[in-house]
Amino acid sequence: MEGFQTLLTEYNVLAALLMTIKLTILSALGALVIGTLVAVFRVSPIGVLRVFGAGYVNLVRNTPLTLITFFAFFGVSITLSVNLADPTSPTSIADNTFRFGVIALSIYHAAFVAESLRSGVNTVPPGQAEAARAIGLNFTQTLSQVVLPQAFRGAIAPLGNTLIALTKNTTVVATIGVAELALTMKNMVEFNSSLLFSIFALIAGCFVLLTLPTGILFTWLSRKLAVQR
Amino acid sequence: MSASVLFDVPGPKARATYRIVAVIGVLLLVAVLFVVIRGLANPDNNQFTAEKWSPFLESATWTSFLLPGLLSTLKAAALSILLAAILGTLLGIGRLSTITPVRIVAGIFVEFFRSVPVLMLMLFFYYLAIYFLQIQGSGSSFFGVVAGLTIYNSAVIAELIRSGVHSLPKGQGEAGMAIGLTTSQTMLTVLLPQAITAMLPALVSQLVVIFKDTALGYIISYPDLLRSGQTLASGLGNLIPALIVMAAMYIAINWTLTSVANRIEARLRSKGAAVVALEDEPAAV
Repeated sequence: MEGFQTLLTEYNVLAALLMTIKLTILSALGALVIGTLVAVFRVSPIGVLRVFGAGYVNLVRNTPLTLITFFAFFGVSITLSVNLADPTSPTSIADNTFRFGVIALSIYHAAFVAESLRSGVNTVPPGQAEAARAIGLNFTQTLSQVVLPQAFRGAIAPLGNTLIALTKNTTVVATIGVAELALTMKNMVEFNSSLLFSIFALIAGCFVLLTLPTGILFTWLSRKLAVQR
Repeated sequence: MSASVLFDVPGPKARATYRIVAVIGVLLLVAVLFVVIRGLANPDNNQFTAEKWSPFLESATWTSFLLPGLLSTLKAAALSILLAAILGTLLGIGRLSTITPVRIVAGIFVEFFRSVPVLMLMLFFYYLAIYFLQIQGSGSSFFGVVAGLTIYNSAVIAELIRSGVHSLPKGQGEAGMAIGLTTSQTMLTVLLPQAITAMLPALVSQLVVIFKDTALGYIISYPDLLRSGQTLASGLGNLIPALIVMAAMYIAINWTLTSVANRIEARLRSKGAAVVALEDEPAAV
């Protein structure tokens, strides 16, 4: 117990936890927007867009997230000196790594959001789309008013899995120095190696605290919002 | 794709619209590529000069950096999947056990390690190896990567086994009991072989995840493909070309594995076997 007290007084675990939550929420929003767009591309009547969508998913899904993060930070930010933060602000460097971290996480998880949505579209019975077309709706209307609303409700379970994976994957941006839970853990161990087990329990506890309620919430949502057939 | 239910077969007017959208799409892509290429080729920091790319044509680059890196990546991935498969099967059987304490312990283990990031597990085992097990030198990072991947993926595989067993018709277990097998005999000789077949595609896609996750070994200095590529690039100042070459290597290997998984799934389905569908398990992130 003493170990925990030392850790909590010497390190700002709460700030790290908040950073992880911030990374998760912003990346989730980014991934949802990009992923929906890619999923729409994949089912669109235009061949070229379908190829774009499939290409995006296959390229991104098969690349390690660490490599994408490197590409965004060391490649785009350092090598090509693209800066996303106000260079005069005192937290400019931290802001810049944080923003590139969010971009890398959004790009990577968008591929999985797109796949989840596609599986959601497959849960919508063909009769729904046929009925929509029969009353004269065009592709955009069919998709946005009939198929996608049902697809989202059918895709809640896989989307929840993706969100949980995203929460865990935010640790990867520790490699570019965003001060979230994994980096805090690394710092803690390097200075208090004798407390390794307490440190692990503390940080693991933070993640269980984040992922367990998310899992329960999404299981409940997927039952509550399931389309009755 | 003319069979899609989402849109009608296009008439002449729709075809013209589609063509315009397609052209705009291609133009946008070209514009994005143009901006990227111009960014890469800016005179201060030209990424297209021959000196940045020519190292990849020399055999020394491959034999002393990329191939050893790939080899250690493959070594860690192969050992992890093997150990994770063994441990995961045991845990999976434990979760389905009729003995309540076994079921609870296996359940807690699986649920806990599934909700903890792999990177954290790697860090934990790495420092455990250094400070508590006194493993010196490169052994500690290898231990960290393999132990982290094994523990995490055994929890994932245990879940796959469970959903594999649940995907079997109920009659299978009942038939086993009816001919007088004990519960463990039913599990080992009737349910498990079918469950493993059912989860084979998902298991192969888990291999993709493990292969990608070895790149996390970077943070504990495991000399995997990413780390070797970066060492190479820091000497030559060609990080972007190096990252592109490495991405191509990862994509080629993972894409092959994904196609194998899809082919196994299609084959099992055509035989009418129960399959844990890949689409239901996009947890393979």
